[in-house]
Amino acid sequence: MSHDTFSTYTTAWCPGCGNFNILDCLKTALEELGKDPYEVLMVAGIGQAAKLPQYISANSFCGLHGRSLPAAVAAKIANEKLTVIVDTGDGDSYGEGGNHFLHNIRRNVNITHFVHDNQIYGLTKGQASPTSMEGMVTEVQVNGNTTTPLNPVLVAIAAGGGFVARAFSGRKEHLVSVMKQAIEYNGYALIDILQPCVSFNKINTFAYYNKRVYELAPDYDSSDKQTALITAMEFEEKIPIGVLYREERRSFHQKNPVLTSGIPLVDRAEHPDALNKILNEFR
Amino acid sequence: MYNLLIGGAAGQGIETTAVILQKFLKNQGYHVLAIRDFMSRVRGGHNFTFLRFGKEPLYSHSNQLDGIIAFNEETIQLHNNELSEQGFILGDSQFVTADSRTIAVEMAVIGKELGNPRVTGSVAVGVVLKLFGIELKDTHKVLKEFIKEQYIDINEKALLKGYELVESRFLKEKTEPWDSIMLTGNQALSFGALAAGLKFYSAYPMSPSTTILEYLAGKSDETGIVVEQAEDEIAAINMAIGASFAGVPSMTGTSGGGFSLMVEALGLSGMAEIPLVVVDVQRPGPVTGLPTRTEQSDLKFVISASQGEFPRMVIALRNHTDAFYQTARAFALAEKYQIPVIVLSDQYLGDSYATVEAYDLAKVTRVDPLETADSKEGEYLRYRFTPDGISPRLIPGKTRNYVSADSDEHDERGFITEDAEIRNRMMDKRMGKLEQLKLELVEPEFFGAANFDTLLVGWGTTYGPILEAVQILNHENGGKYAALIFGDIFPLPQKLLREKALQAEKIINIEQNATGQLADLIREQTGITCNVSILKYDGRQISGEEIVQKLKGGN
Repeated sequence: MSHDTFSTYTTAWCPGCGNFNILDCLKTALEELGKDPYEVLMVAGIGQAAKLPQYISANSFCGLHGRSLPAAVAAKIANEKLTVIVDTGDGDSYGEGGNHFLHNIRRNVNITHFVHDNQIYGLTKGQASPTSMEGMVTEVQVNGNTTTPLNPVLVAIAAGGGFVARAFSGRKEHLVSVMKQAIEYNGYALIDILQPCVSFNKINTFAYYNKRVYELAPDYDSSDKQTALITAMEFEEKIPIGVLYREERRSFHQKNPVLTSGIPLVDRAEHPDALNKILNEFR
Repeated sequence: MYNLLIGGAAGQGIETTAVILQKFLKNQGYHVLAIRDFMSRVRGGHNFTFLRFGKEPLYSHSNQLDGIIAFNEETIQLHNNELSEQGFILGDSQFVTADSRTIAVEMAVIGKELGNPRVTGSVAVGVVLKLFGIELKDTHKVLKEFIKEQYIDINEKALLKGYELVESRFLKEKTEPWDSIMLTGNQALSFGALAAGLKFYSAYPMSPSTTILEYLAGKSDETGIVVEQAEDEIAAINMAIGASFAGVPSMTGTSGGGFSLMVEALGLSGMAEIPLVVVDVQRPGPVTGLPTRTEQSDLKFVISASQGEFPRMVIALRNHTDAFYQTARAFALAEKYQIPVIVLSDQYLGDSYATVEAYDLAKVTRVDPLETADSKEGEYLRYRFTPDGISPRLIPGKTRNYVSADSDEHDERGFITEDAEIRNRMMDKRMGKLEQLKLELVEPEFFGAANFDTLLVGWGTTYGPILEAVQILNHENGGKYAALIFGDIFPLPQKLLREKALQAEKIINIEQNATGQLADLIREQTGITCNVSILKYDGRQISGEEIVQKLKGGN
């Protein structure tokens, strides 16, 4: 698909990588939402997925490994008119950046977090990631991965996430639809996007996911937390995709009295009287 | 000039008593310097405040006391040997002491009569004010600043009661009226940041930097800034960088332990050329060290922290005036050169109160990232090669241009590259900014005798003690001492140092650390060797008198 607004670039990804579809769907979602690329900020950490901001016409911030969320939420706090999207991997989001993942769910700044979850480390060539399955053999996990995989959507719902979804890079229309809902959501929105890593993950392949994923039924009640928790735990023979849990919660901007005016912080003029008042307090 | 010590256990109200007394003294036109010495605990232990006041500017504390205000017997036992013969010990009549200098007051009884035992501090304030012949003025107004509404009346009664109990004893110094303010170093630093246009502060609580976070949080509504407590220091600095990238002047603050977590992101600010101010309020390390005490041992760490090479600036705060103006200047320099600027303070300055000339707000230029931006349409290059290495910085979302930031080596557009030539040019561009920055460094402050033979060198908060020491020594010895005290410390300003070093027969380095980090830096950068160092690393600030003693003791 050609993307006039968000452009097409040559990438450094392996042929067949799930990242291509995710990038394509992201551009489609942004275009269908009528987003102005000059008001979009793509944020990433480090990893194969984290190269994505380089391949789209938008503002971009490629920071430190694991630290994309703090930078992204602060950019949104500084300028709420920016559409801030974090696009980065499972190692970046759940491993190196695990603490920020937990606490930004709680902070609930209005940003979107797309995690390219291929259950493996790609950039560093094939070590276990926080979501790698038990038993997976790698050059580091030589006797098979002995660490229990993290279930990010279950954690996100339990931690109080207001928009928690799972998707698959191989179901493009569905992914675009979930992405649009996430971007439109007022608060922190997570999509854990399953994707194959053709070079290093020989277990969780395209066929593996394609056989297991199923879209949540139209009558699935995403506002029911108990159902959501149970559904989020399904990850064996069947993997549900779609918006697992959705709840309208007050966003950071709605909770912080300084930000409720709707005027972006970046555009605020100084308060000269405030400074004189402070000086007098010290007199 | 008088020296008092107010001591007791944590939780007894020493601090409130001290600030109320300080305010009365300030309102009389006195110069005031109050230094906090406290333990890392919420209740119990032994805490005290050194309170010095007089009609001339004050630079250091003193252990030669004119009075002890004791909230417990331990305070008397620990400090009575520091008290002059004419001095007084003010304590409750219940305290057992044979010291003839004691003024025993039935504070607990008075408190009981007034209906609240917690007003003893105000009784003490009344006694002390009377001893020093200070008229009571605006008593209610002063108390209102520090005491909750419902307790003001009872504390005022207690204060008046104390005032009636004794006769004036000390000569009241005649003071000249001056436009003074009184504040802590951390308050001054916070105020400087606000004056410079700070709009976003993120931090994780850590002594002795926490009061910056608390002060700014308390001012966030009225100044319209966002203050966010981060989940850790790594988040704190990455948030500050993200906010700055999006056009908001930002700062983060911590102490050495938190700074250790921040170092990778410090490099991000340097590499991606995003303005950032980082405050390190130093305390003694290594690791947890002495959490509530003071040291100057992070200098070599902060000038080299983070992998690779990138431009940075380090400014050491020398006093409460620097804390305001130099913090504000840090924002201007960070914005102009698109670099991280580290402000080095310490517990001594951060927690101590001083009276200073009211700041001139007109002297501070407010930073506005939107103003400096070139908003022309067309192909914008975030990292354009320019003669001075400073590329035009646009703010994302504010123009019809894309703005990028990248921690990877990048080309002029901000795209990842491994091209050798671009790598070299980008490194030269970034590091080259320092050459221009060096032209506007502030030389160290020089004071003392023009015809000195002994040159003392120091940096940051030893400024006051060294200044007092030089005054005492020159008064006694007819002018053989001078000193250079660095504020701007990295890159190291060298002009004045080289000039004065030529004249010096002896150079003595004075620092609050164990290894003489400034002496190392001076030797590394200039080849100038200090003959000897006076080093103190017990967590307590050196005083002018201590420096004099050490210099006389054979150094």
